[in-house]
Amino acid sequence: MAIAAEDVFYSYNAGTPAEHAALEGVSFSVERGERVSIVGHTGSGKSTLAQHLNLLLFPRSGSVSIDGVSSKPGSPDARELRRKVGLVFQYPETQFFAETARDEIRFAPSNWGMRGDDLDACVDEAADAAGIEPSLLDSNPFSMSGGQRRRVAIASVIAMKPDYLVLDEPTAGLDAAGVRGLERILSDIRARGLAVVQVTHDLESALAHSDRILVLERGRAVASGTPEEIAVFLADNPVQGLLMPPTARFAMGLRSRGIDVSVTSGVPELVSALEKAERPDE
Amino acid sequence: MKLSGGFSIGQFIPGESYIHSLDPRCKIIGAFILFAAPFIAKSPYDFIPIAFALAAITRLARIKLGTVLRSGRPVVFLVALTIVLNVFWTPGRELARLGPLSITEEGVTLAFCVGLRLYFLVMLAALLMMTTSPMAFAGGLESILSPLAALKFPVSEMAMMMTIALRFIPTFFEETDKILKAQISRGADFESGGIIKRARAFIPVLVPLFVLVFARAENLAIAMESRGYVPGVPRSRLNPLVWAARETTSILCVIVFIIFTVLWNRYAPELISLWLGLL
Repeated sequence: MAIAAEDVFYSYNAGTPAEHAALEGVSFSVERGERVSIVGHTGSGKSTLAQHLNLLLFPRSGSVSIDGVSSKPGSPDARELRRKVGLVFQYPETQFFAETARDEIRFAPSNWGMRGDDLDACVDEAADAAGIEPSLLDSNPFSMSGGQRRRVAIASVIAMKPDYLVLDEPTAGLDAAGVRGLERILSDIRARGLAVVQVTHDLESALAHSDRILVLERGRAVASGTPEEIAVFLADNPVQGLLMPPTARFAMGLRSRGIDVSVTSGVPELVSALEKAERPDE
Repeated sequence: MKLSGGFSIGQFIPGESYIHSLDPRCKIIGAFILFAAPFIAKSPYDFIPIAFALAAITRLARIKLGTVLRSGRPVVFLVALTIVLNVFWTPGRELARLGPLSITEEGVTLAFCVGLRLYFLVMLAALLMMTTSPMAFAGGLESILSPLAALKFPVSEMAMMMTIALRFIPTFFEETDKILKAQISRGADFESGGIIKRARAFIPVLVPLFVLVFARAENLAIAMESRGYVPGVPRSRLNPLVWAARETTSILCVIVFIIFTVLWNRYAPELISLWLGLL
């Protein structure tokens, strides 16, 4: 059970003077329960790939299948397949139209015919998964804080009960507390068995929270692997617009001096590794 | 559902051709003079020089002819409707009869001319917009209309409004596209059901779109004010418009072409008939 993109080519404005290639032979897969990050600079094709995973875009050549089933533009099964893959757009709060958070979260499941008590239970469950306090459900989403709005937007997608959740730059525009809160929510969502695909240019977040990472540059996949493998790759092969986080650079420096430490380590682990290296007998 | 956005007909195509580099005032004035040519044409033969002129300008602009020809697509329905109306409702010498409707020779000629006239007008306008950036177009128009300022006509404000409107049309389409995709990914269905159901389905698109547009307009107004913009106050120009000898030459060429077209329309049908007769 997986989403699999095979050798995907896609161009915007195909056949016009403004045509430009966004994806050139990209392959990618994510299995249920995994957390995968797609990283790259602005214009590298991350968001285009994310929209292929939700069948909003279809490859010019290559294929995208969801749980082994592929679809074509205009095909009625695309809508049913789309339900399996929740897509949270960048700045998703700009899609809000309802007067209350509850109505906003109701939108997706009611589009698939859910009604009555089932719908209410679904809304409550999604709100709980996204960390929304019940008292906020009847508030106007336009009057909420940035972090609260982002949670409502995520709840409005997971209310579809998808098997895969794709988030395009989910931390964009959030303050540090909002980012930490969102990380907790995504960890909880993954613990519920969903696959989480995070599209981001924040390499630090990708290294810290992913099982696997795909690196895109100018529409091409330049690397794919575990955070450890990607950090080692990027240390030797800089990719435009992707900066290695200071902690990863520091960890690479320690490793070059023979100190065994993971490149995805946080500050506490690095301090501990240093202390251990200074006092090996303790 | 076909999503909006992408390359739109008549969109500016950046380039460094002779036509691109002309002063926008020259292009606007030249285009308006050229607009007269399809109206002068009275028979299908009269469109031959216009077609050659259009092809020559397209070549000078280094734009693919197919791109310019495709720019007429939005008016295909209008052209078809005009042709049908003229073919069946123009009195004259009957060529054929379809029930109560008769097709006349004059109707066929008129339909052909009106259809071509519309199509050429759209292609000329598209060519102007493909070779002139929105900012240059607004600047050129402001300069052409500047004498009206003496009559208290708000020329600079109008030009600023036009600049902003032209600048935000692609952004507006991008935002619409984004919201449409977001709602489709949440299961919104814009394609099934009757008219009322379909219209209601667009509420989740229109509400966020209006919110975004008003928020963007407010931000823009604040940003302009904070950078010292005051309506009506004279402003300097970053890239001053320059009317050089080649602009004058280009306009003269257009005028000569129009004179040629008038002469062609007067004498060409007879010459072509004579030539065909000789063959």
